[in-house]
Amino acid sequence: MSSLLAAVSADADLMVAQNVFFALISLVMVIAAVRVVTTGNVVHAALWLVVVLAGVAVQFLFLGAEFVAVTQVLVYIGAVIVLFLFGVMLTKASMGDDESVVNERRGMAGMVGLLLFAVMAIALFDSFGDKRVVIDEPQSVNTVSDSIFSQYIVPFEAVSVLLLAALIGAIVLARKD
Amino acid sequence: MLSLFALESVSEVSTVVQDANWFLEHAWIIPLLPAISFVLILFFGKRLPKKGAEIGITAVAVSFLLAVVTGWAWLDHRDNVVFDGGHSESVVVDDGHGSDDGYGTDDGHSGDATADEEHAIVVDDGTTNGDDRVSLAVAAAETGGKTEAHPYVAVQQTTQWFQSGGVEFGAGILVDGLSVMMLFVVTLISLLVHIYSTDYVGGDRRYTHFFAFLSLFTASMLFFVLSDNILQMIVGWELVGVCSFALIGHWWEEKPNSDAALKAFITNRVGDVGLLVGMITLFFAAGGGTTFDTVSINEQVVQGNVSHTALVVAAAALTAAVMSKSGQFILHTWLPDAMAGPTPVSALIHAATMVVAGIFMVARLYPVFFEGMSIGGSSINLLSTVGAVTLVGAGLLAFVQDDIKKVLAYSTVSQLGYMAMALGVGAWTAAVFHLFTHAFFKANLFLGSGSVAHAVHSFDMKKDMGGMKKYMPRTFWTFLIGSVALAGLPPLAGFWSKDEILVGTGGWGLFGGTGGNGAYTFHLSMGMIGAALTAAYMTRCMYLTFFGEWRGGHGHDDHGHDSHDAHDAHGHHGEPHESGPRILVPLYVLSGFSILVGLVNLPPGLFSGSAKSPASWQERFLHYMEPAGSSYFPAVAHGTPSWSLAIVSTAIAVLGIGMAFWYYFVRVDRLSKQTGQSLTGLPNGLTSRNRLAKAGHTLLVNKYYLDHLYTGIIAGFTKGRLARAAYWVNQNVLDRTVNVAGETAVRAGRVVYERIDQGVVDGLVNSAGRVSDSTGQELRKINSGQVQNYAALMFAGAAVLAGAFIILFAL
Amino acid sequence: MLLNQFLLLAAALFCIGVYGVLVRRSAMLVLMSIELILNAVNINLVAFGALTDDVGGSVFALFTIAVAAAEVGIGLAIVLLMYRNRRSIDLAQVDLLKG
Repeated sequence: MSSLLAAVSADADLMVAQNVFFALISLVMVIAAVRVVTTGNVVHAALWLVVVLAGVAVQFLFLGAEFVAVTQVLVYIGAVIVLFLFGVMLTKASMGDDESVVNERRGMAGMVGLLLFAVMAIALFDSFGDKRVVIDEPQSVNTVSDSIFSQYIVPFEAVSVLLLAALIGAIVLARKD
Repeated sequence: MLSLFALESVSEVSTVVQDANWFLEHAWIIPLLPAISFVLILFFGKRLPKKGAEIGITAVAVSFLLAVVTGWAWLDHRDNVVFDGGHSESVVVDDGHGSDDGYGTDDGHSGDATADEEHAIVVDDGTTNGDDRVSLAVAAAETGGKTEAHPYVAVQQTTQWFQSGGVEFGAGILVDGLSVMMLFVVTLISLLVHIYSTDYVGGDRRYTHFFAFLSLFTASMLFFVLSDNILQMIVGWELVGVCSFALIGHWWEEKPNSDAALKAFITNRVGDVGLLVGMITLFFAAGGGTTFDTVSINEQVVQGNVSHTALVVAAAALTAAVMSKSGQFILHTWLPDAMAGPTPVSALIHAATMVVAGIFMVARLYPVFFEGMSIGGSSINLLSTVGAVTLVGAGLLAFVQDDIKKVLAYSTVSQLGYMAMALGVGAWTAAVFHLFTHAFFKANLFLGSGSVAHAVHSFDMKKDMGGMKKYMPRTFWTFLIGSVALAGLPPLAGFWSKDEILVGTGGWGLFGGTGGNGAYTFHLSMGMIGAALTAAYMTRCMYLTFFGEWRGGHGHDDHGHDSHDAHDAHGHHGEPHESGPRILVPLYVLSGFSILVGLVNLPPGLFSGSAKSPASWQERFLHYMEPAGSSYFPAVAHGTPSWSLAIVSTAIAVLGIGMAFWYYFVRVDRLSKQTGQSLTGLPNGLTSRNRLAKAGHTLLVNKYYLDHLYTGIIAGFTKGRLARAAYWVNQNVLDRTVNVAGETAVRAGRVVYERIDQGVVDGLVNSAGRVSDSTGQELRKINSGQVQNYAALMFAGAAVLAGAFIILFAL
Repeated sequence: MLLNQFLLLAAALFCIGVYGVLVRRSAMLVLMSIELILNAVNINLVAFGALTDDVGGSVFALFTIAVAAAEVGIGLAIVLLMYRNRRSIDLAQVDLLKG
């Protein structure tokens, strides 16, 4: 957290409303993310995840990627979370607080996480210390779709095949026989 | 799905093309029909009275007729198309009335074929978008005759599938002699296999499924041979692989069958890496990173615009693909195992589809190999050597097989070695011709072996066959014809193609066989040895199967993997009997082809000058197949056939037959009569007397230990030895320490227990045990099997490495 | 706005996700943590896209969303299968992957 705040305070335009909002939302997101990985209740975890995902959508708006933000809301909050909730119901995962939701690896995992964050933070400050993102106007859906269907047609086709494969795979795995 | 999509879009373009005969332009219908049949059988097959077989047979039969007409149209096209240098109107095909009759569209134009088309060029014919192109070239001048001056014009139809980043992904067909021949062979054999299968797998639990996949298999192979760009070739290549996987594992309930299917698939994946590397290299080196088009890639190579290094890499990588797909030594091991599939599938795989895909690919991209391997003027190269080694190595393996289908499987490997060798020494036409003739007699042999197995419910020659001549005379005669053709005795099909390959090696001046692409003496001698081996093992196979006395009839409970063939209820008891007409008719047809097809490429000078062989019979195959002088084919030289070589190679084959004949038909037969048993070999043969021969025999029985190498050593090391080493350390070092500590603690506890009060001590001992146990658990955690543990180690490792990277380079 | 503020937020989410993947016993919660990781990556993609004024970042973020949807589908199917076979989705019990 401190490094995040440091990053924000390093910005000269601290008082700009955008930055205030950014700091607030980031704070909420990080807290929610921490709750996702620490709460004992699976349903609560899914709901905290909604908060994080919504926060990510807001970050996309900050970055001018409106279409991605809308997709984020539709796909993640609309579909993925519902899937998770179904999964929770189907697997009868424990609904109450459960002491054993976290395994005995907690200390090591915490260290790994902090180490990773430290490494990344150093690398980021080193490489992008004062790069600025200037958003003149949000990307239009036109640009995105033009790009998808011309320049990125092959990855697009690959993703569609992947989705098909995942669909078939999920059916094969989950059906009873 | 892909093939359907691609081909359907062709139709939109081809209607406006005026460049060739209707049937040549619409050759894409031929693969489309079996593809539709696949879908129909899959969805409606089970509800139909014949369980879907009728759809498959109809589709393939129509495809076959179309292929015949297309072939006819091609012959006509080849002889009569005139081209005078750049005006598309001068390409004389009258599309207007060509749609009803496939040929005879150009009666008035053969006279135009004067000397003015002596330029070999490829021209975009100026239609709207340049999609349709006719590759034009002047025919090889070496063949005389008044129609020979016509150019070799391939018909290509391309439509753009999609475009991305300046790269066009086309889909289309390339129709020339090679693809037309393949269309004919694939559809004919597939049709016969379909008919044969209605009897052979009749009553099978997945009968409909079987026919669906036969259709898809046929469609994929046809799609592959018609493809006009390398991307489409990869698609076809993989489709063929998938279908063979499904068909080899048709009876997947039994472990050996599903293992064989997996082995075929996985071994092919090894080679597919080579295919991808090779094709990508070609795409960037010869396609300029913008086109996948086969013709333009070949043209770039022929014109020398591609760096030799790139060609070497591409050719070597593609050779690896050929090694797996076409069963070349050392990746051939899947092919004999693929015999686990139903026999009709084996016939289809070995004769017309799957395995010849590799040979076809080399033939299609021949300039790449010709330039990359420096075939001209050399005396050894990778492809020819792989072929030569395969041809002898697999020939030897065929001697120690007891399973009739495995004899034939190794024989296929060996014959594919001939083809690869022929391509490697520059004898393109010889290789393609051998592919052509081999398809007929090998399909004949496979279907014949299936017919025998159908009667005795086993494939084991030594246990369940022998004396079948008496019971199955018709099968015997067709099998004999196939064997003689395979052994290469004149005038059957195998002789002509094998002789042409030997001529093509340009080996010894001794035989007058000059004029090849180089002096491939080693390959000539390997070819000779292979001829003797082929003749000998087929003689052995004939004796064990058809002569002597029937060794079967002792109960049928012990048939291994192929007991599915034993569905014929009334065949279980009593003597074997001849198969029904649906099995015999395909055999007759194939026998007829095995006798006759060799005659389509009589060498010049054979009966030259005599009335017996008019010039129109000479080298017809060469004339119609080889794109000699065309813009997308290298300048290969042709060997001059010689009488002496033909006589010597025949003599060698006869010698091979003679030796095997002497061993089996004379000595074994005599001993059998003396002992009253039907023997399969001499009890005190060479292998039991001579240590060297015995060692060789053991080596062959173990298939050169290649399977041991793959599963035992390579896979076993990564899976077993490495893992076991880690486990050993875990068990012996870590656990033992813990155990010793624990035991010591327990022993100490016992001592104390005997002296001091039980209640106090118990807790102490237990906690000591618990401590040692948890220490052990702590130490064993590294190999806990828990994914999260591994993930934690991975992330920690990544973080440490990234940190090190930052410290070293960034700070 | 600084580029780094987005990147650091993403890094924080990523590390929290990694922590979750490593410590959670329930397979469902591990899947949720993976979503955190994927979203962190998406923020990075879009941020770099905005930096270079290139639409490619957004496009690949969309692809990632699609892939993540597929991943959740397959992942839940696997979890369901695991539950059906073992009556539990505790990852500590899934330890067949050892020599």
